[in-house]
Amino acid sequence: MSTARRFDPILLLAAPAVAYLTVVYGLPLLFLLGRSLLGAGGVSAFAGFFADPFSWTVLGNTVRSAALVTLVCLVIGYPTALVLARAGGFVQAAILVAIILPLSVGVVVKAFAWQIVLRRDGVVSQIFTGLGIWDEPQRLLFTETGLVIGAANIFVPFMILPIYSVLKLVDPRLGEAAATLGASPVYRFFKVAIPLSLPGIITGIAFVFSMAASMYVIPSLVIGDRFQTLATLTGRSFLFMRNEQLGSTTAVVLLALTIGIVVASSRLSRRLGGAA
Amino acid sequence: MTAIEKIAGWLAGLLATFTVVFLLTPLVVTVAVSFGSSAVFTLPPPSWSLRWYEALARSRDLWPPVFASVKLAAFSTAVALVLGTLCAIGLLRGQFRGREAVVTFLVSPLMLPGLVIGIAMLESFRAAGLRDVWVSLVLAHVVITLPYVVRTVFAALSLFDFTLIDAARTLGLTYPKAVFKVLVPSLAPAFLTSGMFAFLASMDNYPISIFFTDAWTKTLPIQMLQYVEESPDPTIAAISTLLILLSIGVLVLGDRLVGLRRMADL
Repeated sequence: MSTARRFDPILLLAAPAVAYLTVVYGLPLLFLLGRSLLGAGGVSAFAGFFADPFSWTVLGNTVRSAALVTLVCLVIGYPTALVLARAGGFVQAAILVAIILPLSVGVVVKAFAWQIVLRRDGVVSQIFTGLGIWDEPQRLLFTETGLVIGAANIFVPFMILPIYSVLKLVDPRLGEAAATLGASPVYRFFKVAIPLSLPGIITGIAFVFSMAASMYVIPSLVIGDRFQTLATLTGRSFLFMRNEQLGSTTAVVLLALTIGIVVASSRLSRRLGGAA
Repeated sequence: MTAIEKIAGWLAGLLATFTVVFLLTPLVVTVAVSFGSSAVFTLPPPSWSLRWYEALARSRDLWPPVFASVKLAAFSTAVALVLGTLCAIGLLRGQFRGREAVVTFLVSPLMLPGLVIGIAMLESFRAAGLRDVWVSLVLAHVVITLPYVVRTVFAALSLFDFTLIDAARTLGLTYPKAVFKVLVPSLAPAFLTSGMFAFLASMDNYPISIFFTDAWTKTLPIQMLQYVEESPDPTIAAISTLLILLSIGVLVLGDRLVGLRRMADL
């Protein structure tokens, strides 16, 4: 192998797409970052943002709701991925349809459906009062619980799929080997199954958290104006309030949050992948 | 099997069943509401009717955005398929350091907040003097659709054995013919699934499109959200049901051609 690298002309095939995304997407993001960090308002805009207690409420709303959504997705998504990886035939087909079909139906359609489900006279309320859990109909619409339910519904496929794709590669004999060596089921779950599926879990958490932190349509329809997250505040500053300075600041904070999560998670799963 | 394992298996099955029901709830609710006779969203509806489909057929607000969205999605998906496939081949076959980083960059529009991407593009397009709604929308939607193609075709190509092309050439095919007879058929599932998801993602995009539409040119999700906020009646459920039907059609087609399991390998 020669260490001298010669230019490979086949790389030119990649040039149009790379050039396109650089000009239309990469540079604009850099300009946005540069302008809000170095521009007129610059650092003082960020100082102002972080000095305002309202900003901390918004940050808290963003991180808390995204974390809750991620938790719900993990709790219901991991067992689903496990069943999917082991199932065949009808069960497998049913779960795959349940994942892929909603994935291909738009977020506006689903957010609208949750508006109906979570109303005071909606299905959930009827079931809960019918079962006697609630004394009288209550609404979940315009509450954080409603937001978490609706968002978890939309993002749970992004938790199931990465975990499933790791689990189906895991050799089932590893668990049997551990059992032969005398490991208890609980021990095997925490010391064999979970560590082996960890790269999938991390990818799923990163996907769901970053998407839940930046969702816009779902909060607008399900919870309304009183509950602001970084994304809704960014959208409103640009689209309704015409306060582009505030919008740029919140956009950069949101961008930093999501990039941080994606980078951290890919480092983490690469390290785990290397160790495995 | 021990008792603990049995209980754990039952619990996992129960949670998976719950997840399936949970996932399908919004779709079932939408369809049910669309066939109801009531003007408010009561479930189950007092009686069944097609009145909201009639209202939809007569609607003047909803059809132009439908056509705009379909046109936009079809065009940007086609561009993405061409650019993305060439790019995946170039990246995979070319030897260079930092390939992973380039692929991550190309796929990153899927992971970063749409609103932020939209704002960044809005400002740059404005600075560049671009004000045409349609051109801006196409430019933006190629950014949305391209990652799907790059990701899926790149993954499919890494499994493709390129010596097959050489084998075909040894058997007497010219290079372009060998590519069309050997490479293109084996990539067909990747084209199909990535194209479908790219198309649906473009049809559904709200957070980026919102910055580029105006009063005259609107895409479907933007018109739908506005409709829900202004006059929520089951007409919106009727059009949603048609969109769900479109998704089912796409899935059935995908299942026939490549199989559901391969479609789940995102």
